[in-house]
Amino acid sequence: MDEFAIDESIDITDVVCPVTFVKAKVALEELDNGQVLSIRLSDGEPVQNVPRSIKEEGHRILKLADNEDGTYNLIVQKIGE
Amino acid sequence: MAVDYKALKNGGFMRQVQKNNFSLRLKVVGGNITASQLLAIADISKKYGDGHVHLTSRQGVEIPFIKLADVEQVKAELEAGGVNTGVCGPRVRTVTACQGNAICPSGCIDTYPLSVEISERYFGKELPHKFKFGITGCANNCLKAEENDLGVKGGYTIELVKENCTLCSVCVKACREGAISKINDEIVLDKSKCNNCGRCVKSCPFDAWKGEPGYILSFGGLFGNQIAKGEQFLPIIRDKETLFRVADAALAFFDKHAKPSERFRIAIDRTGWDAFKSEMEAAYHG
Repeated sequence: MDEFAIDESIDITDVVCPVTFVKAKVALEELDNGQVLSIRLSDGEPVQNVPRSIKEEGHRILKLADNEDGTYNLIVQKIGE
Repeated sequence: MAVDYKALKNGGFMRQVQKNNFSLRLKVVGGNITASQLLAIADISKKYGDGHVHLTSRQGVEIPFIKLADVEQVKAELEAGGVNTGVCGPRVRTVTACQGNAICPSGCIDTYPLSVEISERYFGKELPHKFKFGITGCANNCLKAEENDLGVKGGYTIELVKENCTLCSVCVKACREGAISKINDEIVLDKSKCNNCGRCVKSCPFDAWKGEPGYILSFGGLFGNQIAKGEQFLPIIRDKETLFRVADAALAFFDKHAKPSERFRIAIDRTGWDAFKSEMEAAYHG
């Protein structure tokens, strides 16, 4: 995680679709343009779909890191106000 | 004068349980109708039917309880409202479609214009038995392509643009077929596992997967008295010219080999899949 300065972190491993994306979207809305959010999400459906939904919203995905415990950290830079 | 039920049925008037009442089948292409058409349909249902319409299993609309005496008047008023009657019997039926990539984020192809082209080319064409086309935009298959005599499914042929790839591995997770792996700091595609769904292209944050849209055809689907899944054996088709060449050849095969009232699938089963496949492959290669 060291190569990116993380402004905010959320954990969405305790919710299921579509709340996963909703929580990520709300967290991104609270950031400023260019700030970086780290999202901890579960393997399976969340990691298959949340990155794509965030891309379709126009944000920039910087990295997907495998925590090797059945979760991932998705590092996203907010694009837009 | 005797009622020509066959002619009425060909024109979309379906005989009901109730004597001298007909359920009028309307022409719908690709599952789309305009708001103005809906209003015209509503008016006719109230005026000549019993005020309800039926949505059919293949994206059609029927207006039940049309009286025999009103048939010509109903046809004229429908036409004035921009609505045409559908068909029944041994011919090319309603061309169905999902919303495709013009509306749906999962879509790989633009299904509606294609359904219009197919309908303009084949709708109502007389054949040994009914013949159904269905077009679905992607591997999610909302429109159930393989249920149709000729199913069209949108897909992407994919290619990795290595210089854009950051090895983030979103695609490895997005691929549900296990076709993409990360091996020794390299993204590797197993083409034999790729089902052209395009999820890698749509999910890649860095546009490192390029997808070329195309059509995957399935032949001989049935979902009525007999049930069979349409068979895929041609490579993905990249242009409409080839698509129509193959569709023309499929209909010609059906017309030539099927007995009267024999479905496409049964005709292929009886004639032999090897002969059918070689004709379709010849059409594919032009």
